[in-house]
Amino acid sequence: MICQECKQRPATMHFTKIVNGEKTEFHLCEQCAKEHGHMFTFYGNDDFSLNNLLAGLLNFQAPMKEMTANAFPNPDVLQCETCQMTYHQFTQIGRFGCVNCYRTFARYLPPILKRLHSGNTAHSGKIPKRKGGVLHLRKQLATLKQKLQELVAREEFERAAEVRDQIRSLEDELRRRGEGDM
Amino acid sequence: MSFEKFFNTAVSAWMSQEGPDSDIVLSSRIRLARNIVDFRFPTLFSSEEAKQIVALFERTFAHRSYGGAGRFELLKMSELQPIEKRVLVEKHLISPHLAEDSPFGACLLSENEEISIMINEEDHIRIQCLFPGLQLAEALEAASELDDWIEGYVNYAFDERLGYLTSCPTNVGTGLRASVMMHLPALVMTQQINRIIPAINQLGLVVRGTYGEGSEALGNIFQISNQITLGKSEEDIVADLHTIVQQLIAQERAARQALVKTLGIQLEDKVFRSYGILANCRVIESKEAAQCLSDVRLGIDLGYIKNISRNILNELMILTQPGFLQQYAGGALRPEERDVRRAALIRERLKMEDRRKMEGDER
Ligand SMILES: [Zn+2]
Ligand SMILES: [Zn+2]
Repeated sequence: MICQECKQRPATMHFTKIVNGEKTEFHLCEQCAKEHGHMFTFYGNDDFSLNNLLAGLLNFQAPMKEMTANAFPNPDVLQCETCQMTYHQFTQIGRFGCVNCYRTFARYLPPILKRLHSGNTAHSGKIPKRKGGVLHLRKQLATLKQKLQELVAREEFERAAEVRDQIRSLEDELRRRGEGDM
Repeated sequence: MSFEKFFNTAVSAWMSQEGPDSDIVLSSRIRLARNIVDFRFPTLFSSEEAKQIVALFERTFAHRSYGGAGRFELLKMSELQPIEKRVLVEKHLISPHLAEDSPFGACLLSENEEISIMINEEDHIRIQCLFPGLQLAEALEAASELDDWIEGYVNYAFDERLGYLTSCPTNVGTGLRASVMMHLPALVMTQQINRIIPAINQLGLVVRGTYGEGSEALGNIFQISNQITLGKSEEDIVADLHTIVQQLIAQERAARQALVKTLGIQLEDKVFRSYGILANCRVIESKEAAQCLSDVRLGIDLGYIKNISRNILNELMILTQPGFLQQYAGGALRPEERDVRRAALIRERLKMEDRRKMEGDER
């Protein structure tokens, strides 16, 4: 495959970027990828990440700004109290300054996360043991509820009944723990 | 330093051991990005914070043993020579970013070099587990266990809705990057790779050449990894990658059989010519070396070449890079000097095979 920029060298850098919900493919040679550093920057050879891509991506945020202008204050003036990073800086470098930035910029994150993670905005993986307990039970509950719906849809009522019983006992457990906490 | 001694200390377990499907998959890697509450991210933390994090990990984990991986040693980037750092990068134990752009960077490295924990890279820590062959699920399990162990001592930044919080939103959620290194010479020779790569990209995976400063995948070695970290469980991310890798393995095997059928002795000739170059060259550039190594490795996999261990590609791709060549030479080398050293090192390595074989025959 030939690089889509210079149309000379073979393309070795391949990525998909989701822009406004549409998938766009890029096939570039390393030289061109480097030259377009504002969009694609690489950490040398290894563990290339899309991170720097993001900075470029966020700079094309004009439509979102217009859209949100009425509903929310201008995001550029938002500033994280813990690390002093402004939303504007975040869009420039594509990185957060601290944990609290996630909270400070929370209302502007869903569209960014959706674009980066194929429409996903919520974690559904590992939970630290320390957080465990109630959180684990709640995740388990959500999984079981989904399973129940699937079983009902497939008319597997016997198994659905089993799952329903599991859900009930989990809910009891959560209620007990909730009371215990208070 | 004698060649054998250099060689034995230079090669980590994951390079020289075989794993499942290791005729095509050279290694599997899991990386978990984690941050610690109460510290700002490396994006803008103070040098004081950076030092505190290194101290915390040094105090808590350095010199401790971890299962079969052996003891952890803490390496501070500021205390390493440029060549030493380069060697660690070439062995895939640390990232170029940690080596070059992280003044307060450090790395906890296990004795067997299967585990490395990068400190103060883009995130406070990045846990990496490297396994030979296709062992993504095994590597994930190992990384996750290690993650649990570390979590017993530090307080991770975690959000109920967003998961593990990372300095870059591309890693948030699981913080997981799973990747495999694959040798795909037949898909390259038949040019099928050109339509396969875009198809894989469609599935939310990233494909790129592992080696080469220029524009190609040197040695026909590709790295395939996940792009999405949020909204899928670790197990699903790894399972999805595994499925694609298995399809690629099947396609590569089919392409190899097709090449054997259509090219026959021509293919065998190509393999042995490349072997001839490696065994006799006096000056060789990394690009030519990579192509010859790839051919020889294919020849070993196809049974044309016997009595040479398969790991030769994996090992020599790493050992013939500039950092290693300079470490072997004991000092800085100009590019022309590297090409001479590279040729010498490859010939030595092939002679080592002959010696091993003779010892084997005597027994
Ligand atoms: Zn180009
Ligand atoms: Zn902040």
